[in-house]
Amino acid sequence: MAFESLSAFIAMEGHGPYVWTCYAVFFLCLVALMLQSLRRRRALLDEYRRALAQRDRAARDNARTAATFTRVDVPQD
Amino acid sequence: MWQFFHKLGSPKWFYGIATRLMPWLLAAGALLLLSGVVWGLAFAPKDYLQGNSYRIIYIHVPAAFLAQSAYIMMAVAAVVTLVWRMKLADVFVKAVAPVGLWLTFLALFTGAVWGKPTWGTWWVWDARLTSMLILLFLYGGVIALGRAISDEKSAARATAVLVLVGVVNIPIIKYSVEWWNTLHQPATFKLTEKPSMPPEMWVPLLLSVLGLYLIFGWLACIRMQSEILIRESRTRWVRELVMAGRN
Repeated sequence: MAFESLSAFIAMEGHGPYVWTCYAVFFLCLVALMLQSLRRRRALLDEYRRALAQRDRAARDNARTAATFTRVDVPQD
Repeated sequence: MWQFFHKLGSPKWFYGIATRLMPWLLAAGALLLLSGVVWGLAFAPKDYLQGNSYRIIYIHVPAAFLAQSAYIMMAVAAVVTLVWRMKLADVFVKAVAPVGLWLTFLALFTGAVWGKPTWGTWWVWDARLTSMLILLFLYGGVIALGRAISDEKSAARATAVLVLVGVVNIPIIKYSVEWWNTLHQPATFKLTEKPSMPPEMWVPLLLSVLGLYLIFGWLACIRMQSEILIRESRTRWVRELVMAGRN
């Protein structure tokens, strides 16, 4: 350890405010950038998943409607 | 060889590789960065001239180093975009430019806060600081230009040209402390000489630089994946990926 106590570590002989401001801003920005990047990918995947599900539902509805039309009985004579 | 080159250009192949690589990049990067920072903050000896304010170096140098490395990587990708029209190279430029912007901002910010107790001023218009500010504007320009052009291919070519023009700035940043009188101290690490610090000071610095390098790799991977998802949203493999429910 380069410091004798926790309070000496935090004070850094008067340079504490400068050092800790730098570290706080650095890690806040880095973590924010990482979280934003993660969230963006997740949002894209969710969006596509929803769009695909909707398309599937629409396709199924279409198929059902088509089926009722084909089953109409037409007398042959 | 050519097959490898071809594969490298395939967004689908890259997406898979990135997914497998990312946990390792994140774990190793976080471990290295945190151990470097803790070592530098609490265990490295105090500087005889600057006192404890020098401990800012353990984040200032990694941020500044990565800000410049990222630009050089973008320039390589820009050449690949212009010469081989490889899609993935342009995806890299687009994904990494915002990361470079943030890193440059952090290098400038930590530098300013370090300058106050060391030089007695937040900012001076000297060569190193000014050329770094130009790097910030270059990153901003690359991002803005990419967004301003809606056609994907024109946007790729225009940003590639801008990135290559801006590359002049990189040697200016590097040699600014040697060419001009400046308040900024010369480089800690040089390829040809021993570091200007004792090992108990520069080993933690090396750890934090490597750690941030790996975290940059992780950021590049995940942001490139997002960019690929946007560009390839209509392809079959993305549909299958989305259906499979995995990332």
